[in-house]
Amino acid sequence: MASKVIHALYIDDDILMDAVKKTREKHYHIEDVFTPFPVHGLDKAMGLPHTRLAITSFLYGCVGLTVAILMMNFIMIEDWPQDIGGKPSFSYIENMPSFVPIMFELTVFFAAHLMVITFYMRSKLWPFKKAENPDVRTTDDHFLMEISAGNHDVNELTSFLSDTGAVEIKVIDKEEDNH
Amino acid sequence: MYTLSNRLKLFSIILMVVGLVGLIIGFAQRPGSIEEVKEMMAAHDAHGGGHSEAQAADHGKSHGNEDAHGNEDAHGGDAHYEHVLHQLQNKPWASLYVAAFFFFMIALGVLAFYAIQFASQSGWSPVLFRVMEAITAYLVPGGIILFVILALSGFHINHLFVWADPEVVAHDALLQGKASWLNGTWFIVRAALFLGGWLLYRHFAVKYSRKQDEDSTGDKWYKKSFKISAGFLVFFIYTESMASWDWIMSFDPHWFSTLFGWYVFASLFVSGITTIALMTIYLKSKGYLEFVNNSHIHDLAKFMFGISIFWTYLWFSQFMLIWYSNIPEEVTYFITRIEDYKLPFFGMLVMNFIFPILVLINSDFKRVNWFVVMAGIVILCGHYIDVFNMVMPATVGESWFIGISEISAVLLFLGLFLFVVFKALTKAPLLPKGNPYIEESKHFHY
Repeated sequence: MASKVIHALYIDDDILMDAVKKTREKHYHIEDVFTPFPVHGLDKAMGLPHTRLAITSFLYGCVGLTVAILMMNFIMIEDWPQDIGGKPSFSYIENMPSFVPIMFELTVFFAAHLMVITFYMRSKLWPFKKAENPDVRTTDDHFLMEISAGNHDVNELTSFLSDTGAVEIKVIDKEEDNH
Repeated sequence: MYTLSNRLKLFSIILMVVGLVGLIIGFAQRPGSIEEVKEMMAAHDAHGGGHSEAQAADHGKSHGNEDAHGNEDAHGGDAHYEHVLHQLQNKPWASLYVAAFFFFMIALGVLAFYAIQFASQSGWSPVLFRVMEAITAYLVPGGIILFVILALSGFHINHLFVWADPEVVAHDALLQGKASWLNGTWFIVRAALFLGGWLLYRHFAVKYSRKQDEDSTGDKWYKKSFKISAGFLVFFIYTESMASWDWIMSFDPHWFSTLFGWYVFASLFVSGITTIALMTIYLKSKGYLEFVNNSHIHDLAKFMFGISIFWTYLWFSQFMLIWYSNIPEEVTYFITRIEDYKLPFFGMLVMNFIFPILVLINSDFKRVNWFVVMAGIVILCGHYIDVFNMVMPATVGESWFIGISEISAVLLFLGLFLFVVFKALTKAPLLPKGNPYIEESKHFHY
């Protein structure tokens, strides 16, 4: 499905933030914003919801802790409870202090790695992925706001955007939505 | 300017009076002789069944072990009762000491935190400086009281420190070896040096902070504060470490641990930060700190969370290394604690680690005042028990319980602490004017 989007380029993050706020006030739909570096407060200005990555990480950490406990309990206590240097292996709790380093490390390991993988999956990042870059300058020193033209009058929209300080405005026909 | 309300003043005075009366009762209830101990234990026996008999046998054994190199023949029938007598006589002294040290260490932790804020040129915390300065005001009376108690113990007016008893030292080769460090005079001189240095820094830091207010153009006084804070931190980390050997570790003079100083530091640091957070929330709720926003509370709560974990890390490092190697001369420290203090020993882990980690891990909860207050109260109680666990096993042993003298001592020092701290708050405006970071701090947002 062909749809019209407008690319407005900015050269300063303050102007960009201002433009984002104005565009939202006018109820134009911002498809995406491309910036070369994190702009503090941009997510709030765009009205993006909070990330839940931290919650997933906490849950992954709980999984890691459980894995460590079950593993050590099976290996050291249930499967073959040997006397190794006089350490008491009659129950898990008796020998717990020596398992804590492993419990801690596995908690961190699971929390960190699974969260990173979750991040990659949610943001669709992987090796050999085709870059979705609308304009190469956005990785260097330009900021790009993509607004869907929708049913709006394109001329009115472009003049509004040039008022917000855009240095360059392009109307693009998108073949299909690729993200 | 803060004005001390009459209600708060009355409240703290009532706490002090009640605490003092309770403590006097605690001292009056000490048994004076072996006969009294026997009567007490017989009365206990009447409803305790054979429990005390078994304990008596235990006492005899452990006592014999402790003094194995001493005169073993002396441990006949009355030796056990004499042992218990000493423990019971120590009890009100020890509870006085624990409470005095606990509130002193809060003020000391705040002083260290205050110095770190200057030395690191923090941009978020200057709006809290007056709260911190007020809490450190307790260092003066608290330090004097602690010094007096230490002097009394160092010269063996009470039996808190075993090494202060010349008769014990005479039969103990280990204590004789340590006598060049652990002797009354040198002990008191050191305490005076440590306290003197800390109070000196506190005096000048507050003075410069006030001067910067009056003379708010230019950063002359701020720069001086910065320099003395950096110097103080170097002095502090050495003296705090040595003070922890003297004032806590020497209760068990046969035992030593290298990371003990940091462990005590973590405990006092987290208690201090928690107290700053509680004070700030209280004052803000009364409308005195309108320039403090919930990002400041969030930062304090992050510190409470982080340092609680740091404390646990040190606690566990100390415990696990000793547990793992199980060397008899070290491990007795934890064996007595786990056998006789099971609930406080493991209970404090829950209060100081598991509770704060679960409550304060959420970023949103760290901005909710009542969450921070709840976590703060649990952390403070937990660290009181931490000090309790460090002091009591060596002074009262199995005869511990949290009774009149313990609670009264806490009330006494709590009342004094509140009185001194809130009185000190009235001395200066709550917003420091001339600090170069004050604007940044007012607009701090996380």
